[in-house]
Amino acid sequence: MSTVASKQVSQLEDATVRFCGDSGDGMQLAGTQLTNTSALAGNDIATFPDFPAEIRAPRGTKAGVSGFQIHFSSTEIFTPGDTVDALVAMNPAALVTNLQDLREGGVLIVNKDAFDKKGLEQAGYTDDPTEDGSLTGKYKFHSIDMTKLTRLAVEEYGLSMKEADRCRNFFAMGLVFWLYDRSMEPTLRFIEAKFGKKPEIAGANTAALKAGYHYGETVEAMNTQYQVAPAKLGPGTYRNIMGNEALAWGLVAAATLSKKRLFLGAYPITPASDILHELAKHKHFNVLTFQAEDEIAAMTATIGAAFAGEMAVTASSGPGIALKGEGLGLAVMTELPMVIVNVQRGGPSTGLPTKTEQADLFQAIFGRNGECPMPVIAARSPGDCFDVAQEAWRIAVRFMTPVMLLTDGYIANGSEPWRVPPLAELTPVEVKHPPGHDPSQANGNGDANGDEFLPYARDERLARPWAIPGTPGLMHRIGGLEKADGTGNVSYDPINHQHMIDTRAKKTALVAEDIPLQELDGADTGDVLVLSWGGPYGACATAVHRMQRAGKAVSHCHLRYLNPFPKNLGEILGNFKTILIPELNLGQLRTLIRAEYLIDAVGLNKVQGKPFSVAEVVEKIESLLG
Amino acid sequence: MAIEAPLPVLKPTDFASNQDVRWCPGCGDYSILAQMKKVLPTLGVPRENIVFISGIGCSSRFPYYMNTYGMHSIHGRAPAVASGLKTCRPDLQVWVITGDGDGLSIGGNHLMHCIRRNMDLNIVLFNNRIYGLTKGQYSPTSPLGKRTKSSPMGAIDNPLHPLSIAIGCEATFVARSIDTNIKHLADTLKRAAEHQGTAFVEVYQNCNVFNDGAWDYAKDKDTKADTTLELIHGKPMIFGKDRDKGIRLNGMNPEVVELGKGISEDDLLFHDEKSPEPTLAYLLSRMRYEDGFPEPIGVFRAIDAPRYDVAVNDQIDEAIEAKGPGDLEKLFRSGDTWTVE
Ligand code: SF4
Repeated sequence: MSTVASKQVSQLEDATVRFCGDSGDGMQLAGTQLTNTSALAGNDIATFPDFPAEIRAPRGTKAGVSGFQIHFSSTEIFTPGDTVDALVAMNPAALVTNLQDLREGGVLIVNKDAFDKKGLEQAGYTDDPTEDGSLTGKYKFHSIDMTKLTRLAVEEYGLSMKEADRCRNFFAMGLVFWLYDRSMEPTLRFIEAKFGKKPEIAGANTAALKAGYHYGETVEAMNTQYQVAPAKLGPGTYRNIMGNEALAWGLVAAATLSKKRLFLGAYPITPASDILHELAKHKHFNVLTFQAEDEIAAMTATIGAAFAGEMAVTASSGPGIALKGEGLGLAVMTELPMVIVNVQRGGPSTGLPTKTEQADLFQAIFGRNGECPMPVIAARSPGDCFDVAQEAWRIAVRFMTPVMLLTDGYIANGSEPWRVPPLAELTPVEVKHPPGHDPSQANGNGDANGDEFLPYARDERLARPWAIPGTPGLMHRIGGLEKADGTGNVSYDPINHQHMIDTRAKKTALVAEDIPLQELDGADTGDVLVLSWGGPYGACATAVHRMQRAGKAVSHCHLRYLNPFPKNLGEILGNFKTILIPELNLGQLRTLIRAEYLIDAVGLNKVQGKPFSVAEVVEKIESLLG
Repeated sequence: MAIEAPLPVLKPTDFASNQDVRWCPGCGDYSILAQMKKVLPTLGVPRENIVFISGIGCSSRFPYYMNTYGMHSIHGRAPAVASGLKTCRPDLQVWVITGDGDGLSIGGNHLMHCIRRNMDLNIVLFNNRIYGLTKGQYSPTSPLGKRTKSSPMGAIDNPLHPLSIAIGCEATFVARSIDTNIKHLADTLKRAAEHQGTAFVEVYQNCNVFNDGAWDYAKDKDTKADTTLELIHGKPMIFGKDRDKGIRLNGMNPEVVELGKGISEDDLLFHDEKSPEPTLAYLLSRMRYEDGFPEPIGVFRAIDAPRYDVAVNDQIDEAIEAKGPGDLEKLFRSGDTWTVE
């Protein structure tokens, strides 16, 4: 890629860029395209799409601001970055809501054309910040007439003004691509694939992209171009993957490898709907997607599919999981294998639909009537969703139990490079159904030997047989009333009830025998152990690495298994002076850890709809080290 | 799993499970259970391919008494459980057993959507116009003014009419029968089973403990000929002990007329269960005893329409046809990838 001779080229270890604008400005697309081209350039990446709180907010308002942050690096990274090195703001509302995250001396690009009287008023500016000099000294400030330049660039395609203005994000992309010496090729391919059938739109977007790129190349004020070298990732084929996509693929892989059809019962809900969308695309993998009339039907249809003998999954977010509660009880009582995905969002009630939070851990573990245990596991990053989906199914089948899988909005919509696993690396889950017997040989209930079939007989893991309708001789009835041990018939016997409750609890506890021991990043004794779960993984890992490099006795333990905990967790916790648990809630894991191990863990808790920054975790660790 | 063997000839008792039936003595449910056991052996479907799914309520105990696969699920959700099952396994014969409270109150939404999808399910709604299991509160089909424990001054909720709802959801098979009219009930269940698509059957069922006699007008041998009208496809709507009364259409409204006196059979409404428009069936579903009409029993509507359980599986076949069978390797490598040596 050539640059004009007069420009400086500066090498960076990493860079964080944020596009922000009105929700109609195409910022998510701009971010995704920069992500793709950076991934293809071999950088490690982490992204944070920040959707507007209000989906249909009036144009130009602060509530309608949409952002996409991407961190790309020549070294391994785990977070989308605390502060921003380059900020592109398409209107005053975007500038006023995002400027505080731009580091001093960073690059600031604004669309000058949007800074008219109305736009400034909507953002609450009395003076035009692009003209009052407040930005010039503090940042590498570029005030660019993007609307006008884009209209000019696309003139020959005869678009309406509205259509022409829709190309503006491509101009912004082009400019940022130049700024970071990124290839335009992947985006050109995207334009062709997406708009190929509308040549004038494809042409205009291409022209706008190139105009932005050439603007950077030729305009003198843009005097520095930055380069971020490829990261040294392990060998393999990589792609960029988003959390919900990875989760869907993990489910497809699990079903395919265990030779099951995949049934997804779902009702649309932010931020889980993309799982439904993604799976609906893959029907050729024998995927049945059932868009139910409500969350309750999504759940209970999933139970029906599990009874049918398929790999049954339902996916939702907190409010939907609340509605599924009664069905989850039935799933526990019928002891059928299935996976329940909760892509957590800000709560309670409707809460903050587009924002992230981790406040559904108690709901996952306790949110049902009665003693109603269920294994709970959580993904830590977009790519990890792929593995966790398969692990959830493995546990579900081996223990004949519903399994709750937690992710969150941050993981679901974030993306990272993902090493494509060779198929040989994937472990199929073995599924067994008891065989039937020849109906002409015997009459009535019975298995292959003519013995009475016991749907609630148990193996060494306390799992019951998964006998499916259509199997001769194994006819049986299950349901939500308490079961007699063995026969599964309705039983109100007090001793049996105690026995069955104990058995279901024990079965869940036995999962601990079937999962890996907890691993630790760092020394196994020390001053502070950071104990994390879910989305904060990246911020915690980065913070702990930073402390370790500074010679501090800090280690990191990240939990995938939340119910039951890994067997050796208590032992690990006992070897540190202080246990710090950062969570995007008011201390749910901390409460569980205190209850289970009688350890007075310390919390770092935040509920602002945003992930932790590395700095927040570092600061907390430092305060504990004294 | 498929074991090839000639189908044994089954008897009603082959469909009885080893569980004691626990309805109150005299409950109408016994008769429905008996007719079901009588009908199933005539269908030629092996027991292991039959599944009964129920919700909560007296009627929902039904699956426990059948030696088939079954699930006694949770309140109101049986249609959804059955939908998940049938989507995965169109090969199974799936029955949904529900009641007026289970199906029309807590589970109304599921019932509505289940019917519109037209999976090949057989829904039998036991209508006793009361909450029996919870000991006697008024139900969504209890008449206005009904005095119960929860409505001591009389119910003020306008009742729902199950068949009107089913027809409103464009059910492809809608029928009504009566617990004690055993031959009619058996015939109706058989027709429901044979229908391809969602079959919805309302059964007038007597709860002799909490709402005894709710359907006496339609069951009493002295009155039933005048208070019910047996629908027969292609036949004029004639009823009465002496078969001297009929239903005629006056504008948009049905009216009861006496035959003779210048009114002949040809003037009457003829039943057409195959009419693509649900108008006639709906009109019939609104004929009520309290309004001076005989209440129709039999098949209101039986039409062919596309089935969800077939279509959803067809889409899989189409997708495989178009894209080839799913290939994980290909999926993982779709779109842009890069290689690190
Ligand atoms: S309460 Fe009524 S409906 Fe229930 S079993 Fe007794 S008689 Fe039958």
